[in-house]
Amino acid sequence: MFLSELLASSLRMAVPILLTALGAVFTERAGVVNIGLEGMMIVGSFWGALGSYYYGPYFGLLLAMAAGMFLALIHAVNTVTFRVDQIVSGVAINILAYGSCRFLSQAIFKMATTSPHVAGLPKIDIPVLAGIEFLKPLVSGVSPIIILALLLVPLTRFVINRTVFGLRLRSVGENPLAADTLGINVFRMKYAGVLLSGMLAGLSGAYLALEHTGMYVEGMTQGQGFIALAAMIFGNWEPAGALWAALLFGFSEALSFRVVEGGAIPYQFIKMIPYVLTLAVLAGVVRKSTPPAADGIPYERGMK
Amino acid sequence: MKVRKILAVGLIFLLVAALLVGCSKQEQQPQQQQQQGQQAPETEKLKVGLVFDVGGRGDLSFNDSAYAGLERAAEDFADKIEVEYREPSGGGQDREQLLRLLAENGYDLIFGVGFLFTEHIQKVSQEFPDVKFGLIDGFIDGLDENSNVTCLLFKEHEGSFLVGAAAAMKSKTGKIGFVGGMKTPLIERFEVGYMAGAKYVNPNIEILSDYIGTTGEAFKDPVKGKELALKQFKAGADVVYHASGASGVGVIEAAAAEKKLAIGVDSDQSLTAKEDQRPYILTSMLKSVDVSVYETIKSLVEGNFKGGYSVFGLAENGVSYAVNDYNKELISDIQPKLDELKDKIIKGEIKVPVDKKEYQEFEKSLFK
Repeated sequence: MFLSELLASSLRMAVPILLTALGAVFTERAGVVNIGLEGMMIVGSFWGALGSYYYGPYFGLLLAMAAGMFLALIHAVNTVTFRVDQIVSGVAINILAYGSCRFLSQAIFKMATTSPHVAGLPKIDIPVLAGIEFLKPLVSGVSPIIILALLLVPLTRFVINRTVFGLRLRSVGENPLAADTLGINVFRMKYAGVLLSGMLAGLSGAYLALEHTGMYVEGMTQGQGFIALAAMIFGNWEPAGALWAALLFGFSEALSFRVVEGGAIPYQFIKMIPYVLTLAVLAGVVRKSTPPAADGIPYERGMK
Repeated sequence: MKVRKILAVGLIFLLVAALLVGCSKQEQQPQQQQQQGQQAPETEKLKVGLVFDVGGRGDLSFNDSAYAGLERAAEDFADKIEVEYREPSGGGQDREQLLRLLAENGYDLIFGVGFLFTEHIQKVSQEFPDVKFGLIDGFIDGLDENSNVTCLLFKEHEGSFLVGAAAAMKSKTGKIGFVGGMKTPLIERFEVGYMAGAKYVNPNIEILSDYIGTTGEAFKDPVKGKELALKQFKAGADVVYHASGASGVGVIEAAAAEKKLAIGVDSDQSLTAKEDQRPYILTSMLKSVDVSVYETIKSLVEGNFKGGYSVFGLAENGVSYAVNDYNKELISDIQPKLDELKDKIIKGEIKVPVDKKEYQEFEKSLFK
């Protein structure tokens, strides 16, 4: 029972990281570094709550994804069309997200840092499995977004490795000049990658606001957008790798909740567990990571 | 290439236009203010400002309570004062700037809501000796009646003692929980008061205790608040008390999901919770921040503002537990006992511990 509780808690903590990390896979495979993912999660949590407050959770989810994509569009215009430094643009996106949500929250909810309570999606009991006592915490009363996130892993893998779109996306990230020579629209592929990442990050933000807490609180993303980027690198730019990395982060968080505070271990050390564990795994287990060859380099036609 | 150039030039043009529009608006504002001043030159109002803590207005807890006091004062003394509030951004790094901004704009009384303002108010109050400051929850050493700072302090441990007793009496499993925000001596006071109250009515009760984090961010992390509460419920606790500001929304959400009980803090959280969460809120530890804010403004209006310290405990009705339409049936059977404990604390028959050390002595005295 304790074990399945721990796993269920890990999963809940891992899902926002996983969704954003899958988005990061799309954008980085297309050769665009997107550290604005944190900001896209923030607008996702705010717009998700806003949409759900007025028109219900489904509309909230749509609005959250649209908001994430809007910021992603700005990032794409900056970095792909104008070839602005991708890190600089990402930082600007994060600041913009933070400020705009605070401003809009004040204007709409009359409170700068929180929204009223909002409704989430109906929770699901997975049939058959929910009957097994041991699995109960894992499969009963599950948020549909958790299931969606898990299904997205093989789907993303399929799209990236087995479809024409995926092949073109990867080629643009590896060698845009060659791709361009073959008649692939490099700019369009990069836009697609960045927009997909914004959509997934927005969804991830909406998960936090609608499914986990039932309310938007400023700063509720707590830097998970950055952790998602780390998870993606950790997972070697592969969807399945991102899943394991996100689960590791979620697991170590859930574990740190469960270490009993006692005389032996000082409290601050317990709070360090997720980060220490991550460092240990990074240092010990992970093999050499290989980013896409043209990752982070702006592409210009006629560039040598 | 050409398209790009046109776009870039267009963007610059837009920016310049926005700047110009912004400037012209600012030019208009002072004129309006002058006109207003000319219309009513005699009613010089006192200006009262308030800067919120992390979590901000709408945390349904601590800050909202302070805001309620400010609002009530603004209504009651509408012809004598004007009020204004500011919310610090993010981790609250701009607390000091906001205080200074209000002081420079000629505010007569400025509140800092929360212990995190302690050093900032200490600093700013010395730079602006003519401005009065109210510091909620914070303690500055060496103040007297003539100081321009008044510290508004609460005996949270006394109120927490009562809700701890309530939790222990309502618990069927013999296990109860506590979720704190940022681990500081202030929040530990809630924790030990709660533990002492629970042990007092049931020496065998087991108390699970967790903190969300070690920074101010811990007061606005409902995700972790919920996970910690869920963990405690799954471990067998059936009542969980939180002292974690806006993170507590997650604790109440967890209680509703698990169909167990939560205890709110600072404000009466039954009133602000979602309809379907209300049956799962046993009570709230009320900390009358609103009363302290109101009384301080009142003293300023009446011209008898005093610096120094005001302490609000059970005897002063500064802390108590909440009874409302939603929990009165739930709590009615234990109310006589709670009121009895309250009397004992006021009379000094029970001395509620304020830190871990005193708590250990308290616990020993119970088993004698």
